[in-house]
Amino acid sequence: MALAGVCGARRACKDERGSAMHNFKENMIKRFFMLNGLLSIVILLGIFYLLLSRSLPALQEVGLKNFFAPGYWKPTAFATPQYSMLNLIRGTFMVGAGSLLFAVPLGVACATYLAEVAGSREREVLKPIIEILAGIPSVVLGFFGLVVLSPIIAQIFGLNSGINALNGSILVGIMALPTIVSLAEDAISAVPQSYRHASLALGATRWQTILRVILPAALSGIIAASMLGMGRAVGETMTVLMATGNALAKPGSFFDSVRTLSANIAIEMGEVPMGSIHYHSLFFVGLVLFIITFVINLLADIIFQRYREEF
Amino acid sequence: MTIINSHLEQKPVPEEEKVKLISIDTAKGKQKDDLSAKNKTKEVKVKVNNFSFYYGDKQALQNINMEITTNEVTALIGPSGCGKTTFLRTINRMNDLIPGTRVEGEVIVSGQNIYQPAVDVVELRRKVGLVFQQPNPFPKSIYENVAYGPKIHGKRKKEVLDEIVEESLKQAALWDEVKDRLKESGLSLSGGQQQRLCIARVLAVKPEIILMDEPTSALDPVATQRIEDLIRELSADYTIIIVTHNMQQAARISDFTAFFLLGELVECGRTAQIFTRPGDTRTEEYITGRFG
Amino acid sequence: MRVTEILKQGKIISGKRRRDWRQEVAFFCLRISMLLVFLILLMILFDITQKGFGVISWSFLTEAPRSGMKEGGIYPAIVGTFYVTLIATFFAVPLGIMAAIYLNEYALQGRLNRLIRISLRNMAGVPSIVFGLFGVALFVQLMGFKPSLLAAGLTLGLLTLPVTVTAAEEALKAVPKSYREGGLALGATQWQMIKTLVLPSAIPGMLTGVILGLSRAAGETAPILFTGAAFFLPYLPNSPFSQFMALPYHLFILATQHHDISGVRPLAYGTAFVLLVLVFLLNLSAVLLRYRYRKKIKQA
Repeated sequence: MALAGVCGARRACKDERGSAMHNFKENMIKRFFMLNGLLSIVILLGIFYLLLSRSLPALQEVGLKNFFAPGYWKPTAFATPQYSMLNLIRGTFMVGAGSLLFAVPLGVACATYLAEVAGSREREVLKPIIEILAGIPSVVLGFFGLVVLSPIIAQIFGLNSGINALNGSILVGIMALPTIVSLAEDAISAVPQSYRHASLALGATRWQTILRVILPAALSGIIAASMLGMGRAVGETMTVLMATGNALAKPGSFFDSVRTLSANIAIEMGEVPMGSIHYHSLFFVGLVLFIITFVINLLADIIFQRYREEF
Repeated sequence: MTIINSHLEQKPVPEEEKVKLISIDTAKGKQKDDLSAKNKTKEVKVKVNNFSFYYGDKQALQNINMEITTNEVTALIGPSGCGKTTFLRTINRMNDLIPGTRVEGEVIVSGQNIYQPAVDVVELRRKVGLVFQQPNPFPKSIYENVAYGPKIHGKRKKEVLDEIVEESLKQAALWDEVKDRLKESGLSLSGGQQQRLCIARVLAVKPEIILMDEPTSALDPVATQRIEDLIRELSADYTIIIVTHNMQQAARISDFTAFFLLGELVECGRTAQIFTRPGDTRTEEYITGRFG
Repeated sequence: MRVTEILKQGKIISGKRRRDWRQEVAFFCLRISMLLVFLILLMILFDITQKGFGVISWSFLTEAPRSGMKEGGIYPAIVGTFYVTLIATFFAVPLGIMAAIYLNEYALQGRLNRLIRISLRNMAGVPSIVFGLFGVALFVQLMGFKPSLLAAGLTLGLLTLPVTVTAAEEALKAVPKSYREGGLALGATQWQMIKTLVLPSAIPGMLTGVILGLSRAAGETAPILFTGAAFFLPYLPNSPFSQFMALPYHLFILATQHHDISGVRPLAYGTAFVLLVLVFLLNLSAVLLRYRYRKKIKQA
């Protein structure tokens, strides 16, 4: 008998090809759901497109170079408005880096504790704590920083005001903490059990196993978790807006008041005349912020997915 | 190696005959090998020509040729991983659900190659029911479980559904046990009852062929006995193809047996013949328990 | 002999655990870190509760602000937050669930699927203020909604979409494969199977995602700053196109923008407390629901 036909299921066959009437309906339904699935791509592209198109007038008027030239952000100056975002970018990364200095060690320690040390019962109790922390609205945290944390900082370091980059860093660190803890815990838990057993069977203590085997194995996952934390920190708005003082000067130390990209938009967007160069330049600030967080998140995502595939 | 049969044209089974109740007759299995039964020529229900199946690059079935006769029980046996379940699932194209699979050759069910692009898979699965290894009732009431198939195929009237449910449950020998609690969840039944519920669920769609994938492997001996009796009874009206890892079971309930090994159909013939005078030494070694 | 000696040094055989001081110190440090996080949380909750609880009264919850927001309550802000969250939910939930159905039930494992998932994860990381700008550009201006409940609600809806999709997908994944196979084997079409078997089992789990999205939306400030939230309104919003007061924005105003910041501090604390309680109640119900749902799935 001759080979009658090669058919059908060459591609993955979740869809069933056929010719009956209801297949038309099924196809339409599938297409409808697919449109919804594509929504996230459309939204991301839409954000990029709208921010870009809204910032074009500012780019034409000011010039891309001048946004990154040395100087200040003084779009409302009467004689010579300046649009340099350098200090804003500095402020953003200061708060971002400062928050990570605090949140990464603490977050990874908590993640290690949850994944390797705590018993299952203890974990049941501790995990909701992290979730509750994640649930605190950023404006409440900013309020807390403003009224509680800043006087404490002022007192400890003998400053006039505790409303500065340090305050913002701590608060944003608290905001980024749940992200880092839960993702780092995922990464640590993903290390195969056989690694643990192999190390313990060689006579290593649990701590030696954690330090020498598990954490190194989970390293890229932990780095990805920290980067996602960084992404959150860089984009955080309300806490920094309320707790860092928002000064436009070049920040010298963590005790100086700083203004971040996000806070800058929040402060000025409400008062700016629509259609002015200032207005459009705020969209450009938003675009820069979007690109920064996008790149950080994408890199973290790629690292994380690689890490997942590894195990 | 295939059963030769000359009658290819279809003889439609009268509807009344399909749904009528069958009396319990355990002796029926023994009668199967009687000369009278043998002489009665039966039509071919499923015909498989040069059929191969691939999971990605891995070939799971090699060039299968086989014919399956109407209203008989055909058992597929062989060691695990031999392709018998894969083969069973090609007959109602459940393997389509696995990404990256590919087929060559034909599977002809009731005269139509089911792997032609024009075939309506949904229609095919109505005609070819499948009972799974693990009983898998839906998280619905007993009634809703049985009525599920008729409902999705457009039957809405309560009287019609009531009738189908009762009829199917009776056919599956479950009616007496559940008739007073049709509203209870299908999951509240015992394992054996759940499996009979799943059989009733398939019967309610009025299929022509029933595929069973090791239907008793998750059950205790008593429940197994009941399912086996049921299979014998149902064979009067349905073409049944059953995968089993249990050779005694194949010997007890089937009319024909096909032995699979490493994706190949080694031998296929009357059960009595396969178990007493196997034509292939590999079959003999398997059924005498030398491997598998 | 040597083997037994070695085994005796090990902690399993000897019965009494060998105390390794490095491990003790390390585990102690880890425990302290966990405790520190707990203390931070406790400190925040304690401070807000201690100073906010006393402010809460029937009139605080049911009256509008008076005398330049130095007196009175936060009723319009509560109502505004309720409305805007409701709009966000009505917008995001159907879209999120349908996207999840596509990803989990229809999508083929391939490039497109990967791209969608990457965008979803990335969308979750887009700064909320950027969503605010997007909302201004799209809803306020292009669609001409003006700053309004509708514009703000839609913006918040977009923001919560990734949360909803992720949670809905998790619920779909929890539906056993055997239901799907059973349905298809009986000749159900893909959509019939999803509609009659998958969705009924997944809906309680999806509800968790809805509530989590709600609580996220209720607490956000940055996206509504320019899309509809108002500094002060003497009346309640009467249509989707009115501006509104919202709890988080009200707190922001009282904490930083009011001319008598220290004078309205108690009101700010009261607002913060109400906002916290609202968000926690939502999260708590989501957690309880998820817990019950998981137990039910396990039983089945």
